[in-house]
Amino acid sequence: MAYYISLYISLAIFAIGLIYKIATWFFLKTSVDSKTIPTAKRVSSALKGIISTIFSSKVLTLVKVFFLDVILQRKVLHEDSFRWLTHILIYGAFMLLLFMHALDKFITSAIFTDYLPTLNPFLFLRDFFGALVIIGICMAIYRRFILKAPRLKTNPMDIYAIILLAIIMASGILLEGTKIGSYSVYKQMVADYADIEEEEELKALTAFWVKEFGTVAPDLKKPFDTELLEEGSEVHEMSCAGCHSRAQWAFVGYSVAFASRGVALSLDRTGIHTLLWYIHFLACFIGLAYLPFSKFFHIITSPLSLLANSVMDKRGSESANIATRQALELDACTHCGQCTSRCSVGVIFEQIQNINILPSEKIQSLKRIVSGKETDEKGLKLILVGTSLCTNCHRCTDVCPAGINLEELWFNMREVLFQKDYQEFSVLSPLSFYRGLMKEGIRQGDYKRPLDLAREAIAAESDLMKNQVKNLTLTRPDREIQGMLGLSDQVSTFKECFACQTCTNVCPVVANYENPMEILGMLPHQIMHAVGLGVRDLAFGSNMIWDCVTCYQCQEQCPQGVRVTEVLFELKNLAIRNVYNLC
Amino acid sequence: MDGKAIMKFALFLGCTIPARLPQYESSSRSVLGKLGVELVNIKEFNCCGYPLRNINFKAAVLSSARNLALAERESLNILVLCKCGFGMLKHAAHFMKEIPALRKEINAILKKEGLTYEGDIEIKHLLSVLYHDVGVEVIKEKITKPYTKLKIAAHYGCHALRPKEILQFDDPVNPTLFDNLVRATGAESIDWQARLDCCGAPLFGTNDDLSMDLTEKKLANAKQSGADYLCDACAYCHIQLDTVQGMLNKERGGNHLLPAILYPQLLGLSLDIDSVTLGLAMNKIDITSVEKYLSI
Repeated sequence: MAYYISLYISLAIFAIGLIYKIATWFFLKTSVDSKTIPTAKRVSSALKGIISTIFSSKVLTLVKVFFLDVILQRKVLHEDSFRWLTHILIYGAFMLLLFMHALDKFITSAIFTDYLPTLNPFLFLRDFFGALVIIGICMAIYRRFILKAPRLKTNPMDIYAIILLAIIMASGILLEGTKIGSYSVYKQMVADYADIEEEEELKALTAFWVKEFGTVAPDLKKPFDTELLEEGSEVHEMSCAGCHSRAQWAFVGYSVAFASRGVALSLDRTGIHTLLWYIHFLACFIGLAYLPFSKFFHIITSPLSLLANSVMDKRGSESANIATRQALELDACTHCGQCTSRCSVGVIFEQIQNINILPSEKIQSLKRIVSGKETDEKGLKLILVGTSLCTNCHRCTDVCPAGINLEELWFNMREVLFQKDYQEFSVLSPLSFYRGLMKEGIRQGDYKRPLDLAREAIAAESDLMKNQVKNLTLTRPDREIQGMLGLSDQVSTFKECFACQTCTNVCPVVANYENPMEILGMLPHQIMHAVGLGVRDLAFGSNMIWDCVTCYQCQEQCPQGVRVTEVLFELKNLAIRNVYNLC
Repeated sequence: MDGKAIMKFALFLGCTIPARLPQYESSSRSVLGKLGVELVNIKEFNCCGYPLRNINFKAAVLSSARNLALAERESLNILVLCKCGFGMLKHAAHFMKEIPALRKEINAILKKEGLTYEGDIEIKHLLSVLYHDVGVEVIKEKITKPYTKLKIAAHYGCHALRPKEILQFDDPVNPTLFDNLVRATGAESIDWQARLDCCGAPLFGTNDDLSMDLTEKKLANAKQSGADYLCDACAYCHIQLDTVQGMLNKERGGNHLLPAILYPQLLGLSLDIDSVTLGLAMNKIDITSVEKYLSI
């Protein structure tokens, strides 16, 4: 009764959760474009897209991807064979357990008319699959908690997933083990299935089961005499053997029974196997009910993401469908950390402690933004910084075992966050090169906006530049800024500058303008001089430092050996540090 | 055969080439293979650090130094295709050598992954390897289809040339290395005023007008000087001179069309490597007609 009530409750929660989750794929917005696409359009485009794909040659791609990437997990194998084995053991054997054991009434009985869970090969296979899952879980624990790959983060959801799986497996095995040793279970089986009338026969059978099946009986002790056992064997052959293979075939459960044989009788009296049975099915049902909201949802979403991405691309697919796919992709992440381990800039997390640099964590932040859970300005700014510190190398996307187009997610989310008008200086670095190449897909105003905002922030730094003061009042030099310069080699050479203007004269940026000071503010030699005088505003407030092409002409040709380009680099570093306090 | 044993490098591709310029990788691999240079792939290589220089010096050096440490672990010198990557790795090696406190700090971070960088390896650009390790004479011997009447404007690229004290690539005022490599293919390497100027790439995406101004000047000067093609050997320069040139022509109109060819593509054709391997069709501005200049 309790079994069916909890089963139906968990099924209902699962169904509601599933419907809710699927609905979110059609209304959550992951990009600037998606904000203007109504849900109805997304639903109709998705249906149209699915139908036209199924009735085209692309269906062959789908079949191929289903076998190679979904079933055989080719992408995981390619990156890391240990992880592949771990995952194949857990998911492969667990699926087999699910079909053969949990759903035996529907699947196994239908295929094998003589199916009985107590008969081989099913008795053996159940334990065999269970053992494989346990090996897999141990490997997963080893990888996450002992091996500790660099920058691999473990979040509560990962721990929950491992714990839930471990509870299901452990309770199942302990249940089986206690049942093997249990005298009450044995008696129940005799009452239900065996046709025994005489006390002697029962005694013989019990002796046989104690000796051969691991049953622990209260009044019988080994060794038994041969005659009794022979009789027991005969009774067994007649009454039991047809429906029950030897318990040793259930080798994991049998080992538990063997190990606990000393306390089996007292355990049996407490009715422990009933308790374990409750734990076992309740753990399964909790897992089922919670599945759409947990990491296990990837069982459904990762295959969908892999399939969708195999037949979709940015140019050929409707933007409504890309919006839907991206919302789905947020659910497809398993937090396996593969992206982070191959991230091109992952290592800088050691220097700039912003968790959003790491792709596996960035996607968690995106989930929070998209579902409206992240509204704090500081948090959003941090996510923008982390999302901006990306070279768009595409490796995260190439290695994602769930096939998520991560790079496109980052790109779109950056644009969404840019619309919040935060000043973000990393847009003024070569990291923006890719954004420039992709600008045709960004509205012109949206493209310029973050760049203009960063420029405004520079201008705001400098009161002196704003006021166009002609004569500077003499002030004490800002020793702080001079002191902060000097991260790289010989930057303090700015002290040697005698303002000969060679740097400015050879600068291709200066040469590009008729009236360079109007556009660039201070010119290179003036900046060197400003740093020398410790005039902070003039050093930071010039566009020149951000418009430097880093061609090193100035540095190469300086007669005094001033590392002009290096000084400009460091001023940029300091400006960024001042605004964001990054490090 | 002793020379050949030394010609073994860890190939550093960086971020841009695998994602946006696969033809640079495939053409370089085939050319180097034909010239007896062995390449080793190190999967763990990461960002060279170049795009992070504006943002955080130590993050840039850390990123770079991790690559150096990975190659050093395999006792391999590094061959870099991209000049910005080359410049950054060389700078990082320089900083790590000259600033003991920085070396200590960076190595302490790398140690968490079991890595360390002592400065025992060399960092070389593709062109340096071709010029110094393989040698112009050997290249000439292997060429079966030299070009005739082809005028090439060799674009050196700032981040390999300057500052010389760190990069040691060639004379920063009057370099000849690239011109000699171009000549080896039978093509003429023209003299042009803007040959050492910046292509504009470092500012693309941050100040497109300025970036395109620089590109436009460079292209105009090369064209005026009679070049049929620009030749480059850097991921950023090439995308700027190819993809961005296309965008520039679309935005500004005018008549600047001067196709850019990657040096291994140019050399590859004269070594009789097929155009598919060299990825000629993958350039944004059509360069397939360069094959007409090959003598059969």
